[in-house]
Amino acid sequence: MLLKKLGLAAAAGAFALGLSMQAQAEDVLRIGVEGAYPPFSEKTASGELIGFDIDIANALCEEMGRKCELVEQDWDGIIPALLAKKYDAIIASMSITEERKKRVDFTIKYYNTPAKFVAAEGTDLSDTPESLAGKRIGVQRGTIHQCYMEKMFPNAELVLYGTQEEVFQDLGAGRLDAQISDSIQALEGFLNTDAGKGYAFLGGDQFDLECHGEGAGIAVRKGEDKLRAAFNDAIKAIRANGTYAKINAKYFDFDIYGAPAGS
Amino acid sequence: MAEETRSIMDPIRAFSEGASPLDFMAVLDNFDRFLMGAWVTLELTFLALLLGGMLSIPLAIARAYRHPVLNGPIWCYTYFFRGTPLLVQTYLIYYGLAQFDFIRESMLWKPILSQAWWCALIAFTLNTAAYTTEFLRGAIEATPHGEVEAAKAAGMSYWTRIRRVILPNSFRRALPAYSNEVIFMLHGSVVASTITLQDILGVGRWLNGRYYLAYEGFVAAMILYMILVFGISRIFKWWEHKWLAHLRPRVESKGEPAAVVQ
Repeated sequence: MLLKKLGLAAAAGAFALGLSMQAQAEDVLRIGVEGAYPPFSEKTASGELIGFDIDIANALCEEMGRKCELVEQDWDGIIPALLAKKYDAIIASMSITEERKKRVDFTIKYYNTPAKFVAAEGTDLSDTPESLAGKRIGVQRGTIHQCYMEKMFPNAELVLYGTQEEVFQDLGAGRLDAQISDSIQALEGFLNTDAGKGYAFLGGDQFDLECHGEGAGIAVRKGEDKLRAAFNDAIKAIRANGTYAKINAKYFDFDIYGAPAGS
Repeated sequence: MAEETRSIMDPIRAFSEGASPLDFMAVLDNFDRFLMGAWVTLELTFLALLLGGMLSIPLAIARAYRHPVLNGPIWCYTYFFRGTPLLVQTYLIYYGLAQFDFIRESMLWKPILSQAWWCALIAFTLNTAAYTTEFLRGAIEATPHGEVEAAKAAGMSYWTRIRRVILPNSFRRALPAYSNEVIFMLHGSVVASTITLQDILGVGRWLNGRYYLAYEGFVAAMILYMILVFGISRIFKWWEHKWLAHLRPRVESKGEPAAVVQ
C-alpha cells in the first residue's frame, strides 16, 4: 500500500517536473544565427553578436513577448542543427527556396536583396555563361548562389568556401576570377571596406526563382505552425510600427525589404 | 527505356527522400563526384608520403649521427611540424602567405602558392617528413652493434654500410610505425577540404550543402575512408609478412622435429 502511494507520488512528481521543464523550454526561444555575414550578422572583437539579422531577431522576440537566446552556428550545419533541435528557428538571411522547403518551413520574407557578381575593377569578364566558362568563381557552400551557379553557369569552375569571409579573402588574394553573393552583403562586407579596393560589381542582378526564391525568411522545423504564425505576425507588426524601418536605417540608406510580398 | 527506368526508380527515390533515415539516392546520384574526390585524396596523400619520405631519409641520417651543423635545425623543424596541428600549418601556407604582397608578386605565386592543391601538398609533405624523420632516426639508432661490426669486418665503407646494412634494416624496423603514419596522413588529408579542395570530405560537404542534408555526405565520406584504410592496412600486412619474415615465429610442421631457435 505504502509502495503504491510512493509510486503515485513519484509519478506525480515526475509529471510536475515534466510540466515545469516544458514551461521552461517554452520560456526561452532559441534562435540560430551565423555570425560571419556582415553587416547582417557578425561578431565584435569582444564576441558580441551584432548586425541586421541580430537586431531583427531581438525586435521579433520583443514583439512576441518571448525571451530569446541566440545560438551561433556555422552556415554548413545551420539547417541540420535546427532539425536536431539545437535551436527552434533560424534568422540568418536564409532565402526561401523550394529545395529548402523540403526540409524546413519558412515564414514570410523579412527582406529581399538581389545577388550580384564581384570581380576586379576593369576586368574583361562579363556576367554571361560564355564569359565565365572555365573561370574560378568563389561561392559560399550551401547557399542559393551555389544552386544558381550550378544551374545557370555549369561551365564555370566553382570554388566552395565555408564562410563568405573566406570567399572575399581569396578574391582579394587573387585566387578567384570573380565571386557571387548577396549584393548588399558584398557592398557592406567587402566593397566598402579597405580589402575591397580595386573591386567592383560585375554585371547586373542575378535572379532565378527556383534558386533565389522570394527573399530571406525565418526557418522553423516542419509542422511548427504556431511558432511560424507568431513570427509572421511579429514581422508584420514591426513592419507596421516603424521598428523595422529604424533597424533598416541603422544599417542601410535604402529600403532592403524589396518589393511587397507576392509581387 | 528512360521512361521505364524512371518508373522502377520512382518508389526507391520516394523512399530515399521520405521514409529512409538517409537520403542514399543523393549519394548514389553523385557517386562519380565521390570517386573524383577519392582520387584527390589519394593523390595528395601518396604524393606527400612519397616526397616526405624521400626528404626524411637524409634528415634522419643527419639526426641519427648528430651532424654538427644540421642536427639542430632539423630538430627545430621536426619539433615545429610535430608540435602544431596540420590544420594550422595548412592555413598558414594557404591564407597566411597570401597576405604578403612580395609573395603574391613572386614567381612562385601564380603556378604554386596561389593553388590550393599545391599549398595542401606542401603542408602535407612537410608534416609527414617531420614525423617520418623522427621515427626513422629512432630505427637507425636501434641498429644492433653486431650488424655494423660485421659490415665493417666485411670491408664496407661508411656510405656502403648505410646503404646496404643500416638503412634497409631500419626501414624494416620502422615499417609497422610507418603504416600508422600512412593512415594518419590519409585521415589528416581531410584538411584539404577546408581550403576549397574537393577531396572525399570536400565532396561530402558539397553534397550536404547542395541538398541541405545533415549527414549523408559525411556517412558516404566515412565509408570511403574506411575502404581506403582497409586497403592500406592489408598492403602493409603483406609487406610486414614479406620483409619481417625473419621475425616470424617458425611454424612447426608435423612429423619433423621442431626447429631449434637458440
